[in-house]
Amino acid sequence: MATVEQPSQPTMPGEPQADAAHGAGVRRRDFINIAAVSFAGVGAAVAVAPLLIQMSPDASVRALSSTEVDVSKIQPGQGIKTVWRKQPVFIRNLTPQDIQAAASVEVGGLRDPQTLADRTKPGKQNWLVTLGVCTHLGCVPLGIGEGENKGEYGGYFCPCHGSHYDTAGRIRKGPAPTNLVVPEYEFASDTVVRIG
Amino acid sequence: MSFAWAKPYEPKNNFMKWLDERLPVPRLVYGAVGGGYPVPRNLNYFWNFGVLAGLALLIQIITGIVLGMHYYSYAGGAFESVERIMRDVNAGWVLRYVHQNGASFFFAIVYIHIFRGLYYGSYKAPREMVWMLGIVIYLLMMATAFMGYVLPWGQMSYWGAQVITGFFSAIPIVGEPLRVFLLGGYAPDQAALTRFFSLHYLLPFIISAVVILKIWALHIPGSSNPTGVDVKDEKDTLPFHPFYTAKDGFGIGVALILFSIFVFFLPYSLGHPDNYVEANPLVTPAHIVPEWYFWPFYAILRAFTVDFILPAKLWGVLAMFASILLLFFLTWLDRSPVRSTSYRPAYKIFFWVLVLDVMVLGYAGQAHITPFTLALSQVAAAYYFAHFLIILPLVSKFEKPLPLPTSISHSVLHGEKEESAPFGLTRTGPAAAPAAAE
Ligand code: FES
Repeated sequence: MATVEQPSQPTMPGEPQADAAHGAGVRRRDFINIAAVSFAGVGAAVAVAPLLIQMSPDASVRALSSTEVDVSKIQPGQGIKTVWRKQPVFIRNLTPQDIQAAASVEVGGLRDPQTLADRTKPGKQNWLVTLGVCTHLGCVPLGIGEGENKGEYGGYFCPCHGSHYDTAGRIRKGPAPTNLVVPEYEFASDTVVRIG
Repeated sequence: MSFAWAKPYEPKNNFMKWLDERLPVPRLVYGAVGGGYPVPRNLNYFWNFGVLAGLALLIQIITGIVLGMHYYSYAGGAFESVERIMRDVNAGWVLRYVHQNGASFFFAIVYIHIFRGLYYGSYKAPREMVWMLGIVIYLLMMATAFMGYVLPWGQMSYWGAQVITGFFSAIPIVGEPLRVFLLGGYAPDQAALTRFFSLHYLLPFIISAVVILKIWALHIPGSSNPTGVDVKDEKDTLPFHPFYTAKDGFGIGVALILFSIFVFFLPYSLGHPDNYVEANPLVTPAHIVPEWYFWPFYAILRAFTVDFILPAKLWGVLAMFASILLLFFLTWLDRSPVRSTSYRPAYKIFFWVLVLDVMVLGYAGQAHITPFTLALSQVAAAYYFAHFLIILPLVSKFEKPLPLPTSISHSVLHGEKEESAPFGLTRTGPAAAPAAAE
């Protein structure tokens, strides 16, 4: 912008360098142009900001940040589906065989290497809490409800593009890149899980 | 506009003369789609599809504006409002069927239009910009169609939105925050629905603007033609009006009959029954499929299942976008100076193989994932890229094209001299032609 050379003007008394600097260096007018355009640019950026940040999750969405779930009724081998931040969450009470199956896997060979212990709370290894959101493109995997397809590794199976998760919710086969996400949670008491 | 012998606009009466001096819109129309636009005389019916696409856009905009008067973009009421349109709103059912099937109609036309361009080399100089603007329109159409499909808030709407916005989470590091930003939440919900409605309403008007740019760019070199030979003189062309307005009018009649069959007799044949179940964020339908016009791309997306340097998921998303972005570079991938595939014996075979390949991808994109359909989509996706990146450059280098006709009129009239006099002039008077110039 504004770098076009003007034909030299008759020198004003207050502008002694105008002619001397002709063709090189910054003239006053260039400076004014750059300053004005930059100022307008900053102003435009500020004006655009609200138009963009309105897109982010609003206060009502962010307010749904934690939920408490009573897990006392879940027998080993069963699981429930609950909701946190409008996303499904799977809480599963693993059977000793499930834990056994998860522990017997060579962790180094996994796509997303994690042990069952990494993914559960100490002393509560049988409680697997994960988001029910396939890490591929976000479908809800099957396998938490009675009689649903648990996939080839006895955990979860995503019907959308065929991802198989094992009993620790780890990705074993299919397009998903990572294990099912373990949300932040804690045991508020022995039978109550607080997610978020 | 394009050729020296284009007939200039002459206002018919004093009012038109007065208007022409102040706001020359009739002059613009006359030069763009009237008697003042000379068009090669040998266009076949495949050249109807540009006008048909314009018609489809118009149908979608008009029905869409009216449907917008009855639709609520409210997650608790969107599904119901669509059912209300179908049952309670006067003539609502026909408006919705036209709009819903109109999207398929639009894509079907555009796919034929694109393959027409591929066959007749419409992407080659001097029409590269026309082609590229077309790809821009196609991308905008895909975005519009996707967001429109979300609006009824059925199961397929919801899970389609979940899966497609999931593409963004494939981007390393910024992907997941970007997805949350675009959705305005952690999963599709009210915020996403409202913004999709707003954008679904906006984008067709942006498409219209790009269409105007595209027509503008097209009118500089003028339309291509089935021989791919450049227009040489007046004998090669006919004025757009009345010749091609009539031909397009006939094409529009045929297209509307076909469209009406779908609207009135098969309105659900292209939809998916799961979308008549209201969105449920906790249950994914057993088999998610996009609308038919996205199947080939969906197949490419699903074809990647193993990590190779990058995660499989990112490969899938990249390949899917690349399969379209590739088309922007077609002019530089196909180095053959011959435009029309009719004169390219080797490329002709590969062209039809590509058509078949895209259909195979379409089949694989809607099929349940089995080892067979997965392998099929992998082979077909690999071939798709091989066609454009390997076969096309090599064929254009080694192929020996057939001899081209010396001119358009020669190819049409096969040398019957007396018939080749310019339209509207006496047989002895080609000398009168230059007077009409300017
Ligand atoms: S969303 Fe689960 S495999 Fe694609």
